[in-house]
Amino acid sequence: MQVSIYRYNPETDLKPSMQDFQVEIPNDKDIMILDVLALVKEQDDSVAYRRSCREGVCGSDGINMNGINGLACITPISAVTKKDKLILRPLPGLPIVRDLVVDMTAFYKQYERIKPYLQNDEATPAIERLQSPEDRAKLDGLYECILCACCSTNCPSFWWNPEKFVGPAGLLQAYRFLADSRDTHTEERLADLEDPFSVFRCRGIMNCVAVCPKGLNPTKAIGHIRSMLMERGA
Amino acid sequence: MANIRTITFDGLIVGGGGSGLRSALELSQSGYKTAVISKVFPTRSHTVSAQGGITCAIASNDPDDDWRWHMYDTVKGSDYIGDQDAIEYMCSEGPQAVFELEHMGLPFSRNPDGRIYQRPFGGQSRDYGKGGQASRTCAAADRTGHALLHTLYQANLKNNTVFFNEWYAVDMVKNQDGVIAGVIAICMETGEVVYVKSKATVIATGGAGRIYASTTNALINTGDGIGMALRAGFPMQDMEMWQFHPTGIHLAGVLVTEGSRGEGGYLINKDGERFMERYAPNAKDLAGRDVVARSMVLEILDGRGCGPDADHVLLKLDHLGEKVLNEKLPGILELSRTFAHVDPVHAPIPVVPTCHYMMGGIPTNIHGQALSMDAEGNDNVIEGLFAVGEAACVSVHGANRLGGNSLLDLVVFGRAAGIQIEKMLSQGLEQREASESDIEGAMARLDRLNNSTSGEKTADLRKELQNIMQNHFGVFRKGDFMQEGIEKLADLRERINNVHLEDKSNTFNTARVEALELKNLFEVAESTAISAEGRNESRGAHAREDFTTRDDENWLCHSMYFPESKTLGKRDVNFKPKTVPTFEPMERKY
Repeated sequence: MQVSIYRYNPETDLKPSMQDFQVEIPNDKDIMILDVLALVKEQDDSVAYRRSCREGVCGSDGINMNGINGLACITPISAVTKKDKLILRPLPGLPIVRDLVVDMTAFYKQYERIKPYLQNDEATPAIERLQSPEDRAKLDGLYECILCACCSTNCPSFWWNPEKFVGPAGLLQAYRFLADSRDTHTEERLADLEDPFSVFRCRGIMNCVAVCPKGLNPTKAIGHIRSMLMERGA
Repeated sequence: MANIRTITFDGLIVGGGGSGLRSALELSQSGYKTAVISKVFPTRSHTVSAQGGITCAIASNDPDDDWRWHMYDTVKGSDYIGDQDAIEYMCSEGPQAVFELEHMGLPFSRNPDGRIYQRPFGGQSRDYGKGGQASRTCAAADRTGHALLHTLYQANLKNNTVFFNEWYAVDMVKNQDGVIAGVIAICMETGEVVYVKSKATVIATGGAGRIYASTTNALINTGDGIGMALRAGFPMQDMEMWQFHPTGIHLAGVLVTEGSRGEGGYLINKDGERFMERYAPNAKDLAGRDVVARSMVLEILDGRGCGPDADHVLLKLDHLGEKVLNEKLPGILELSRTFAHVDPVHAPIPVVPTCHYMMGGIPTNIHGQALSMDAEGNDNVIEGLFAVGEAACVSVHGANRLGGNSLLDLVVFGRAAGIQIEKMLSQGLEQREASESDIEGAMARLDRLNNSTSGEKTADLRKELQNIMQNHFGVFRKGDFMQEGIEKLADLRERINNVHLEDKSNTFNTARVEALELKNLFEVAESTAISAEGRNESRGAHAREDFTTRDDENWLCHSMYFPESKTLGKRDVNFKPKTVPTFEPMERKY
């Protein structure tokens, strides 16, 4: 099949271009896009992309496949390709380091900004802190985020304001700690988010939900944060 | 150093997985200038793939549970070549280390009383094997590694650890006194080569499952720290001991947690028979991993495998019901649907034993200090060098690791190394200097690669290496066949040294990293091969067709591989725990 890949090496290229590769798919099997990339790299080892676990849990290989953000390692060819034509581009909206490798600094910065760690000022018990299964269930759908950036780089609000809008991934984690019965810094966390941009630039477009490879729902989490901020204001 | 930039730290950790992050946290919490070099953003490290849990006697599911029972299981699981002082330390310190993780925010699953949920895992017992199956593995659904790794990364952010993400460590810097003074590393984004100097260097580079063609390991598991240590001339311990996990998804290699059998799943052959009842009448599907993996291979060899090629068996889960599967094994449902095209709610998963874990590695004491051996066979601490996690061999796993013990090993010994370095720094540990000539080797290796004009491709050589290991050093091993494998490897060495790097650019050059990784894979493979050929017995994961029984008279010991002479020596196993009587070697039955 023909695979068209976004190429850019800042050392040699004035501007990016698309390069076509002819790839022989073994036995016409419906392999994963990451496997396709490995076959391309066997032809031309200068093609750069990130990868690690190859099973959809590490979040390295978020790329744009025929217009759709996703993880290359758990996306079979058939999920994104109709007529034997595959176009692979880097995640949109972030600076390009090289080829399919994007500079994720802005994305990580927003993650760090929401203080993604448990804060609890009470004395530490001798054993674990207790948490009821019901309270623990509130973290389901939040803690599973793998920081692949498929959502934030699919979000027009994040494209426009990557410095000021936390973005769906960061906000999902912000809510993960707001929702944790063990965290005592709810007030400070909300105060940090109370401005016109951090949360409220979300326009409910739900592009994040559409592409999350883990099936998570950042829009819903953002809705919860909004409600908490409203209640706090009232 | 004249030509390259130098950055200096109190503590340097090479590797951003669970063990490395736990070491780093200990140091940065104490205010020491601490850096982590990781070739991937830390949460992409292989710890993230750990599923089932972290085994530890926190006495949540069973108020009578006792770390000594866990110790007994671990010693037995190791087929008696796990060091009993180290196992004692891990099992007794474990609860504290796990509670700390919870305090950091790890989202463990919970019991109705609010305590941490624990599930049964293989090789676990109550009352020193006399009280039936235990439930000792603390879990966050079937995503425990993910939850643990993210929590540790977050805790490091909180404590201002310095991260060099997407930096690749090339070699250790060993000075003329044999002291480790840091590493030479490449910043992948720019290609810059830097000397990262440190008073203490911790190797936390994880495993090397990619030496095999079929593995549950991430693509990044290339044994970089092992390669570095072997090139520095340091010995490796128990490198023949590789764990084949019973349930890798057929053809894909992706792991299905042992927790799925802990929750009540079981293996069946083509006749639908629960065959583990024959091989391990008591523990059945929850026998040691080595036992289950071998039984599966025997079923397949006896013609009772499944599928058109009769080359796998099936893991049955559907009888657990959709509710339990959704709640306890959601990740497994996802992986099975994606990689096996099977929905475990309705149909069994095709599985086959798959390379999973390296029990061997850099020998260390219980403080994470790396060891070499003098001519008289005494341990020598290598100054400046530490090793933790899968890259280390402390050894708590001996010849076979129990499920759930790797995450415990990571946090307990990551923490222990941190505490030891902290102590040494507070007592005035000084930076040892290195000279230009001490980094020549690393620079020459880089130059050779960067100046290559011909030679074979990395991908081709890597495949050849992986096939040799898969075919000659798999679940069952035989002397003449291993010798053949060693000869093939010898032929491969020079070809790998001459690998051709076509792309010479500096910006995020993944081809260069892969070529360097290939050299590390080779070092790991060769030490594995020579160690495996040398151990003339069957013990734990090392099963020989020509020496089918355990030989305690000659081999109740660690193997030590010496890279300079490529020879195999022996090292005593520790049988002296401090607070409990020795667990004497017995016949291992499940």
